[in-house]
Amino acid sequence: MTKELVVEVTGLKQQFGKTLVLDKINFETRRGEIVGLLGPSGSGKTTLVKNIVGMNNPNQGEVIVLNTKMPSLEVVKRIGYMAQADALYDDLSGLDNLLFFASLYDLKGKVAKKRAVEVLTLVHLENEGKKLVHNYSGGMKRRLSLAIALIHEPELLILDEPTVGTDPLLRKEFWLEFARLRDLGATVIITTHVMDEAEHCDRLGLIRDGKIIAMGTPTELKQRAGQVTLEDTFLYYVTNPKEVVL
Amino acid sequence: MKTFAVAKRLIKQIGGDKRTIGLLFLAPVFALFLLSIILTAGTAKPNIDLVGGGVPTHFAETLKKDAKITLRQNEAEAIIALQEGKSDAFIIFKNNLLVMTIEGADPTLSKLVLATISKELTENMYFNLMLSSQFPAGSQLSLQPEIKYLYGSQTLSNFDAMAPLLMGFFIFFFVFLIAGVSFLRERISGTLDRILATPLKRSEIVMGYFFGFGVFVTLQTLIIQLFMVYGLQVPNAGSFWSVLVINLLLAAGSLSLGTLLSAFAKNEFQLFQFIPLVIVPQILFSGIFDLREAPIWVKSLSKIFPMTYGAEALRDIMIRGYNLVDVWIPALIMLGYALLFIVLNILVLKKYRRI
Repeated sequence: MTKELVVEVTGLKQQFGKTLVLDKINFETRRGEIVGLLGPSGSGKTTLVKNIVGMNNPNQGEVIVLNTKMPSLEVVKRIGYMAQADALYDDLSGLDNLLFFASLYDLKGKVAKKRAVEVLTLVHLENEGKKLVHNYSGGMKRRLSLAIALIHEPELLILDEPTVGTDPLLRKEFWLEFARLRDLGATVIITTHVMDEAEHCDRLGLIRDGKIIAMGTPTELKQRAGQVTLEDTFLYYVTNPKEVVL
Repeated sequence: MKTFAVAKRLIKQIGGDKRTIGLLFLAPVFALFLLSIILTAGTAKPNIDLVGGGVPTHFAETLKKDAKITLRQNEAEAIIALQEGKSDAFIIFKNNLLVMTIEGADPTLSKLVLATISKELTENMYFNLMLSSQFPAGSQLSLQPEIKYLYGSQTLSNFDAMAPLLMGFFIFFFVFLIAGVSFLRERISGTLDRILATPLKRSEIVMGYFFGFGVFVTLQTLIIQLFMVYGLQVPNAGSFWSVLVINLLLAAGSLSLGTLLSAFAKNEFQLFQFIPLVIVPQILFSGIFDLREAPIWVKSLSKIFPMTYGAEALRDIMIRGYNLVDVWIPALIMLGYALLFIVLNILVLKKYRRI
């Protein structure tokens, strides 16, 4: 039983100036799974997810999301994106931030407000909505960013290092929420450089120096590498590049 | 319309920022007020010393009306007074010939002295003519030629004459600054990237900024203009509304130029580096200084600045009393500039997202 493809990346090559950031990337995601992209910082994770959202111009290859070649404004409507850095309007309240993004997805008036309160409650910010983001802590900003990514109930959720700077409790809640969304039929792509977090993913892509060096479920990857921890598994694929399994 | 979502957000942001509101509304008013004081206070009398005897009595009498006069015993004493800054010039009559020495360090003062003296000489010439009885006794001879003004009047002060340009310039400058910085912030904070990951169109971002700021710019223009016309009593020979239209066109150009150039700056510091490149030449070449004798390249350079057309139109309306219809060419050019900058801005955003 294979579910429909949500993201298909084929032969993707991305250069910025002369710097080669991504090369020969083949990657696919199906409906209802949490796919992790694990790799050290600078490996190209953010560039890859930005390509999936349609924010970069690839030098080679193509990105197809929900059967449409990216970039496409129609498809972007169905994607929720949480950037690595909190891109929030500091001088607006959390609620106003949400309402602004809601309006970009054509959510208006009472519907937008109701939805804003829903997602605020989801990230436990229901009592801080009226505060200026300027006064938020780092963790609160992360939570608000997630709330914004969820505001229009996207079927594809792309989260770039969503748990950086969050405490263990919040991290656990985040992952429970991701799992809940997956079970409701959403597809979630998460980048991370934290090994034990990657264990929660249904499938995992290991990224290093702009290439996907291995792909599979965490258990598969570990078994193939004959290792117990993901950390050692990652090291194994780095030192044995020919063992690449996709 | 997502354009209005962007505009609404911007209005909320700026509305909550009291400092920016202050800079937008109070700074230009304050600067104009200071300038008006400097430029209208320039009608002081010069200090002129008269040395020794031999000064014609009538000359001394008439000079007293236009200058502060001190009598000095001899030339040496007069030179010391000049050196100490007690006088601006001294006059000695040698063999009925007027010899004047001017301090000369400040051209404005020198000009004032010269203007005063030549006025006295003209009056004295008429006076002497009358004495020489070439005119029938009792006939009235006007001591002053009659001077008529096509535009403006004798009472038009330096500030009055420059006011239309200064007003245009301040509107242009402050709008440029705030629009530029605000759009830059959108980029630095990562929110531009973020909103480009939504279905928002590039044109909707640019137009959103245009209209959002447009609200504040309109208010600012209105405040500056009201302050000029009613607060500083700058004469406006044309209609208030014509001036407003021109000011708004100028502001539209500045608004779109500011957001466009901010795309080429990595931070606020780099944005401010555009001020000497883009703003200063516009002030220098837009008509505050007479360019009739300037080299051709300067004249042609002034033709590419939106500010030049704004200044031209404002001066025509406020001083010459023209109607909006009479200045349709500069008005159209300014509108063209605003549209050009908007289109370029939308294209420049392609750097961030292809569609």
